[in-house]
Amino acid sequence: MPEARVIPLRSDGGRPRSRQRPAPRRASRPGVGPLTERTAAARGLTEDGEATEAVPSTGGELATLPRPESSTELEERVAEVGEFLQRRLTGRYTVDDFGFDRDLTEHVVMPLLRPLYERWFRVETIGTENVPLSGGALLVANHSGTLPLDALMTTVAVHDDLAVPRYLRMLAADLVFGLPGVGAAARKAGHTLACNADAEALLGAGELVGVWPEGFKGIGKDFADRYKLQRFGRGGFVSAALRSGVPIIPCSIVGAEETYPKIADIGPLARLLGVPYFPVTPTWPLLGPLGLVPLPSKWYIEFGEPIPTDAYEPGSADDPMLVFNLTDQVRETIQQTLYRLLAGRRNAFLG
Amino acid sequence: MSEAPSVVLVTGVSRFLGGHLAARLASDPSVERVLGVDTTPPSREMRRRMGRAEFVRVDIRNPLIGKVISTAKVDTVVHASLSGNPGQSGGRSMMMEMNVIGTMQLLAACQRSDTVRRLVVKSTSAVYGASSRDPAVFTEQTEPKAIPPGGYAKDAVEIEGYVRSFSRRRPDIPVTTLRFVNLIGPRIDTSFVRYFSLPVVPVVLGYDARVQLLHEEDAVAVLERAAAHDLPGVFNVGGDGVLMLSQAIRRAGRVPLPIPQPAVPLVGRFTRRARLVDFSPEQMRLLNFGRVVDTTKLRTEFGFAPRWTTVQAFDDFVAGRGLRPIIDPARLGRVQDAALAVARALPSGT
Repeated sequence: MPEARVIPLRSDGGRPRSRQRPAPRRASRPGVGPLTERTAAARGLTEDGEATEAVPSTGGELATLPRPESSTELEERVAEVGEFLQRRLTGRYTVDDFGFDRDLTEHVVMPLLRPLYERWFRVETIGTENVPLSGGALLVANHSGTLPLDALMTTVAVHDDLAVPRYLRMLAADLVFGLPGVGAAARKAGHTLACNADAEALLGAGELVGVWPEGFKGIGKDFADRYKLQRFGRGGFVSAALRSGVPIIPCSIVGAEETYPKIADIGPLARLLGVPYFPVTPTWPLLGPLGLVPLPSKWYIEFGEPIPTDAYEPGSADDPMLVFNLTDQVRETIQQTLYRLLAGRRNAFLG
Repeated sequence: MSEAPSVVLVTGVSRFLGGHLAARLASDPSVERVLGVDTTPPSREMRRRMGRAEFVRVDIRNPLIGKVISTAKVDTVVHASLSGNPGQSGGRSMMMEMNVIGTMQLLAACQRSDTVRRLVVKSTSAVYGASSRDPAVFTEQTEPKAIPPGGYAKDAVEIEGYVRSFSRRRPDIPVTTLRFVNLIGPRIDTSFVRYFSLPVVPVVLGYDARVQLLHEEDAVAVLERAAAHDLPGVFNVGGDGVLMLSQAIRRAGRVPLPIPQPAVPLVGRFTRRARLVDFSPEQMRLLNFGRVVDTTKLRTEFGFAPRWTTVQAFDDFVAGRGLRPIIDPARLGRVQDAALAVARALPSGT
């Protein structure tokens, strides 16, 4: 009941968007220890307190309520951090076959990405009802922005903005897994190598899999080509979806192109470092490390209507014509959605 | 073709897997005779455990093995001597000799024999290699992206090649090839066990491998089942679930020592010289990327479900070896309680 009061507060003229974020995030916390359970009763009160605090005009008498509760909240936080550290130091957590560490993702990765998602890019999600809340599905999105921030923000979107938080298991290039640090982190966040074996294993296990079929051609394209979809790989993602019989969800991301506008590419340097491109943006490498700060563009992530694949007969994954047609259909859907979103956008930074 | 084996020949009985398998078969009254062969005699304790199993001191690289098979009328051969532990096998080149040339001789003897009607070969999941370009989970059909460069894994790849050509030449003999993941347990001695027993465990900086393990008892049980039934084919053998290398080190209460990639061979040479752990380059790559195998075929076709998961097997190893954690979990609890007390005291002051 407090949600109904919270939503109008945030009505900034934008599109409707579910903002009951704290509720699913808390509900999903795995391995809640005895200490948190003890304060669980108090937590419910605190959340109501938070909500009422945000409504200054109506909650005059309620606004005084959170004061005594704040101590329990701090206690709860300390208990939570303590339990987390204890779990980590003794190794009492589980990872799946792909190396996905849910505990770490929930308590470290998501909290690190969330400020970027909420404050810096002010991501607005549209069509979250199109993402199934359970079972396998393949999310296909456009890739842009020199660094894969769009992929990271999409993981936050499907975790925070769905009615039930989900973990997006992304398929990434082998370059990612060869890099020290990055590869290990990607595995722990649940991502794996873009190959049919892994994609089908994850889809078969009922996971939400994310793929950026443009690959380096998409993420590394020049700023002049922004929002022009590149070739969609070789349709491998479509055959994986067909074989698993899961729906394909086209996902269009607007705003990522403006984070690091790539105006040039230093080829020799890229070859030297063994990377597909060495970008030059207005701030990088001119300003040094400061150039790594992304421009604060305003983002929209729209999830399109799912394209079902279970109606096709078995063996259709081996029909290249069908695969190409489906690939084109997904690509066209995303391209049209991008144009529509761009037409509705007045300014890249203000939305 | 009868199911139960009557005369079983087990290679590598001086080591854990071969010895325990011979002991298990010897305690089975339906098995008429158990012959254990190896170049070195098993330890006294192992010989006692092996009971009525007979030990034949013979080098499988010697054609004499053919004579042993024909005179004893061996019908089931379990080749369990493949070793990845050069320290136990008298150096790396000796290990390769024993692994590859020994297998060739043994297969040649089996091919000649008209009594042998079942062959079980212990192989390793190292044949899949380990790289950043491999899928996360290997099935039996997965082709490795890079053929393992050398050492134990290359031996295993070659051995599997010889085994395949053997089955082409003798299609009447069902061959079971078992690709084991790393074995662990309170009693077995492998490079991996020694690695985790180091007080300070070197790891590769910036990498965290996924580790899949199999309990020693499960390994023996799998070999026993393969020896007693006709289950031709190649099977991945591993416990359920995965431990991250960092997580395993924490569970064992060890302290990880991150080493930058370029310095890894140097440290490897040091631990070998110091006779701590002898890790081949290919095993070191495992520390970078790890390896997980799909065991669906083992459960469905082979009909075996490991009793221990990876985590349980590792915990059994930790408990069995009496590894004491460096950081006491009880102390962590006290620290947390103290922090909670501070948290309770803070807001009342403001």
